[in-house]
Amino acid sequence: MQAFARVSRAALAAVLLLGSGGPVPAGEVPARVVSLNLCTDQLAMLLAAPGQLVAVSHLARDPLSSPMAVEAMAYPITRGQAEEVFLLRPDLVLAGTYTTRATVELLRRLGVRVEEFAPPAALTDVGVQMRAVGAALGRAEEGARMAEAFEARLATLRAEPGPRAALYDAGGYTGGEHTLAGEILAAAGFRNVASEVGLEAGGFLPLEPLLLAQPDAVVTGEVYPGASRAEEILSHPALASLTRAGAVSDADWVCGTPHVLDAIARLGAAREALAE
Amino acid sequence: MSRKLGIALGALVLLLFAGSLLIGPAALGLGESLAALVRGGAERDAVALVMQEVRLPRALLGLMTGASLGLAGAAMQGFLRNPLAEPGLIGTSASAALGAVIALQTGIASLHLLALPGAALLGALVSVGLILAIAGPRGGALALILAGIALSALAGALTALVLNLSPNPFAAAEIVFWMLGSLTDRSMVHVGVAAPFVLAGGAVLISLGRGLDALTLGEDAAAALGVNLARLRLLVILGAAALVGGVTAVAGAIGFVGLVVPHVLRPFVGARPSALLPASALGGAAMVLAADIAVRLIAPDRDLKLGVLTAMIGAPFFLHLIWRLRRQLA
Repeated sequence: MQAFARVSRAALAAVLLLGSGGPVPAGEVPARVVSLNLCTDQLAMLLAAPGQLVAVSHLARDPLSSPMAVEAMAYPITRGQAEEVFLLRPDLVLAGTYTTRATVELLRRLGVRVEEFAPPAALTDVGVQMRAVGAALGRAEEGARMAEAFEARLATLRAEPGPRAALYDAGGYTGGEHTLAGEILAAAGFRNVASEVGLEAGGFLPLEPLLLAQPDAVVTGEVYPGASRAEEILSHPALASLTRAGAVSDADWVCGTPHVLDAIARLGAAREALAE
Repeated sequence: MSRKLGIALGALVLLLFAGSLLIGPAALGLGESLAALVRGGAERDAVALVMQEVRLPRALLGLMTGASLGLAGAAMQGFLRNPLAEPGLIGTSASAALGAVIALQTGIASLHLLALPGAALLGALVSVGLILAIAGPRGGALALILAGIALSALAGALTALVLNLSPNPFAAAEIVFWMLGSLTDRSMVHVGVAAPFVLAGGAVLISLGRGLDALTLGEDAAAALGVNLARLRLLVILGAAALVGGVTAVAGAIGFVGLVVPHVLRPFVGARPSALLPASALGGAAMVLAADIAVRLIAPDRDLKLGVLTAMIGAPFFLHLIWRLRRQLA
């Protein structure tokens, strides 16, 4: 707390020194936007007017998390600390609802307008979020156009439920049907094994019940560099007896962006390959 | 070890080993699961896979981990003639964990199957060597414990540092595993990795029983009886490091087993190290198998760490021992 108090005092002093700007009331078109969240980073890069987006989060440049890592190289990055964000003099900050509460509170106390966006839990949330981010940026028309294109292509990609698959990630986490990953799986034409064992909202599925469920395919996540015990489960000999789907859940699966459609298309192709 | 005690401990271990095989998230019948254990070839169905690839390695690792820690504890206590010497308390386990973490994070572990336990052994070796140099057979309990605390803290801090600096987002969350140990979702690969070190270290320490017996009479008496103290010391260091390194590399640092088990069994074997060594191996195996069963019964879906349970039993024991030793410590 002491550290935060120091930061806020320093920041207040900075306000007095700079003397410029001041918070822009909601509804006006923001001129300097900083995004603190991997998902709002991508939507902002796609929707913002040239020069409007001032900085994105450092995660946006990580190719394992961000499908737009190359595009993000064109923007300065922040590590999401109130001090560095404030010094960029943003009139709008885009944050996730899970962004550090202390940072968001502090920025608000300093008079910065912060808009928060929840990570989408369903495919229907994706279009909603595209429109909302567009509106916040003063680019409502672009947001609506992106949402319509998304919904149209999603409708053409959707497949009837076919083989049974399980999402399986580090530590034995499985995405249930009521998660974005679960909806991607369903849209690509798979039945979710997690629902058979009562994990509709996702959760940790030990190896034993997964093996006994005998899914037609397992969709695993990407493995990060370095080593972790949590990811060792993905190379467990017992898991090798199950069929891996020809696609992994990667950066395209994380956020409600148009990249979700690429994930569905790839997984759909993997399902067709399994049927052969 | 008297025959009766051996049979009783052996039966207990067998019972707990079977219990470990029969308890898991997938509810399988008794006959069904035991039959699945030996099913091979084309008949290898999902149940056989669960029994052979998930439960069997877990039970085997429980057996190996417990036996190793019990045996290493008994040997170190015998050599130092100090009931507080224990791999977890004097930093051997923490140093082995540090060695394992460094091997994993630098990628050395993927070069060769035995590189991981080898690195853990190296970590354990450094710490046992240091402790013996500082506290030695003539050093008091105080020097032993203080040096152990310092080494434990340093190794723990370095482990946390290495994991925090890892590019892997899951690594930092695993500090808990390396400090408290767990047998969840280990595979036959892990059994194979630890086994050579456990077998070699075990064989070395068990063979030292007579030398340690002689040492109970004092160093001069032992030397007069033909015991080569320098060789004995070297073998205790090597054997304990191999055991602790081997099991810590795959199961994390599990404390207090080597403290509690020899202490409980000592009255039954008449305080003779040669009898205490095998008894402590069996007792340690029973303690860890029981703790691992408890972990699965108390919080089946939470991956409760083994060290939590062993510390809950072990820490009060440790306080009790300190209480009795406080005059010597003061």
